[in-house]
Amino acid sequence: MGKDIIVLDALTYEYRKEDEEQPVKALDGVSLSVAEGSFTAVLGKNGSGKSTLAKNINALLLPSGGAVYVDGFNTADEAHVWEIRQRAGMVFQNPDNQLVSAIVEDDVAFGPENLGVATEEIKLRIERSLKSVGMYEFRKKGPHMLSGGQKQRVAIAGVIAMRPKCVIFDEPTAMLDPKGREEVMDVIRMLHGEGVTIVLITHFMEEAVHADRVVILDDGRVALDGTPEEVFLEMEAIREMALDAPLVVELADRLRRRGWDVPPVIKMEEMVEYLCR
Amino acid sequence: MIRDITIGQFYPGESGVHRLDPRLKLILTIAFIVSLFVVRDFLGYGVVVLALGAVVAASRVPLGFILRGLKAIFIIIIFTFTMNMFMTAGEVLFRIGVLTVTKEGLYNAVFMGLRLVFLIIGSSLLTLTTKPIKLTDGIESLLKPLKGLGVPAHELAMMMTIALRFIPTLLEETDKIMKAQMARGADFETGSIFRRARSLVPILVPLFISAFRIAQDLAMAMEARCYRGGDGRTKLHELKFRRRDAVAVLLACVYFALLIGERFLPAWIFKGYF
Repeated sequence: MGKDIIVLDALTYEYRKEDEEQPVKALDGVSLSVAEGSFTAVLGKNGSGKSTLAKNINALLLPSGGAVYVDGFNTADEAHVWEIRQRAGMVFQNPDNQLVSAIVEDDVAFGPENLGVATEEIKLRIERSLKSVGMYEFRKKGPHMLSGGQKQRVAIAGVIAMRPKCVIFDEPTAMLDPKGREEVMDVIRMLHGEGVTIVLITHFMEEAVHADRVVILDDGRVALDGTPEEVFLEMEAIREMALDAPLVVELADRLRRRGWDVPPVIKMEEMVEYLCR
Repeated sequence: MIRDITIGQFYPGESGVHRLDPRLKLILTIAFIVSLFVVRDFLGYGVVVLALGAVVAASRVPLGFILRGLKAIFIIIIFTFTMNMFMTAGEVLFRIGVLTVTKEGLYNAVFMGLRLVFLIIGSSLLTLTTKPIKLTDGIESLLKPLKGLGVPAHELAMMMTIALRFIPTLLEETDKIMKAQMARGADFETGSIFRRARSLVPILVPLFISAFRIAQDLAMAMEARCYRGGDGRTKLHELKFRRRDAVAVLLACVYFALLIGERFLPAWIFKGYF
């Protein structure tokens, strides 16, 4: 892999709650480097600081301590905030609250318009990004006529129309039904295939098995970090953090405890293959 | 049920009127409204009716659809009509109790009533033939020269765009809240008008809260997509003045020339004689 596109250097983020003296540490000295073209899943339960982490990469939040670098730019440097946001696009959780315009194609145009892209080029980018998420035939529709999964795909199209080097997904499937979840995960995998760096924040363990790296946050700190195979073998640690391992991993773990010699499998297909051997 | 409400009153179509530059339509509509106040007699209204009829025919919006727009202001028209009929001094035609109807009153009533009707038809033609999004673009473009005077043209247009986008979302939200309240026994349909108004409070409070939450999310999403105000922004839809717009300007000039001629020429001629 190439160089690191996102570098978190001892990132600490504090905020003050009302009527509390001591600031709360949402993130506490997180150091993490994300290689260009990689697919990193960040897991953690509610309040683990995973959403705060996402917003720090996009300069929507600025570190209280440490530093964040995106493609070499420090997010604390105000002069480069727009370069950072163009390079690191962001897709949010709520499909309704991130679309700006009442027409799909106008919404996709919003990012490029902000970047000052020429009109003809914007039209090309709309066509290309809507086609790549499979929403081109809906370009004249209003967002209120689309399903949650479709809205989320439009939001992704709006981000990729800005030509980002990496896209941070902040729990993009949390509010979707299983079908919408599938659609969005397919688009994410396709983007990764095209060489876009992916950071997927999620609390669905099943989604993390597609990543090539899994980072588990607990209480603002990195608890586990490694390939999905490595991380999901740490069943004890995962249970201690009150997280659910993917079904396949759980099954393999239980079989192992019953004396079966199960290899480290994390995907359903691998498990099926092992069992049917 | 609440989603059945149609928003705006755009009548989809591909007519020449639909495709005119929204800036031009805005200006012409304002000019048309002003022109109604230039007219002094029924001959002038003849010109107005001809012009309106021509535009309606060209827009291919059914007349019934346009006249439906008058329903909303029917009471205002009736009010203006009666006020003018009874309140104008002049030659008495007949009396109803304490009320007197004068010849001038009747004339004024018909005249003012018609003026209102033309005004509504003229301005509803604008919204019937222009998509709200295009109208917003037009308003932004027209207000841009006033930016130096502190008119926030881009901000106004952005606010309108967002409002249009979130009307359906907020309607859905209202529906959801109402159903949640009804499931817990709230009653919105019976009781006196005050009772019913009061039962709306538990809907409005959560609705406001969710509107603020949406605003916060949206602001963050807009910033993440590099939104930084109107400066240096390009546009997907560029407004272009085309041949058909030039034709429209020419026709409008003929209309105004006719009206002004009708209004002022006879006066000059009379002055010459006396």
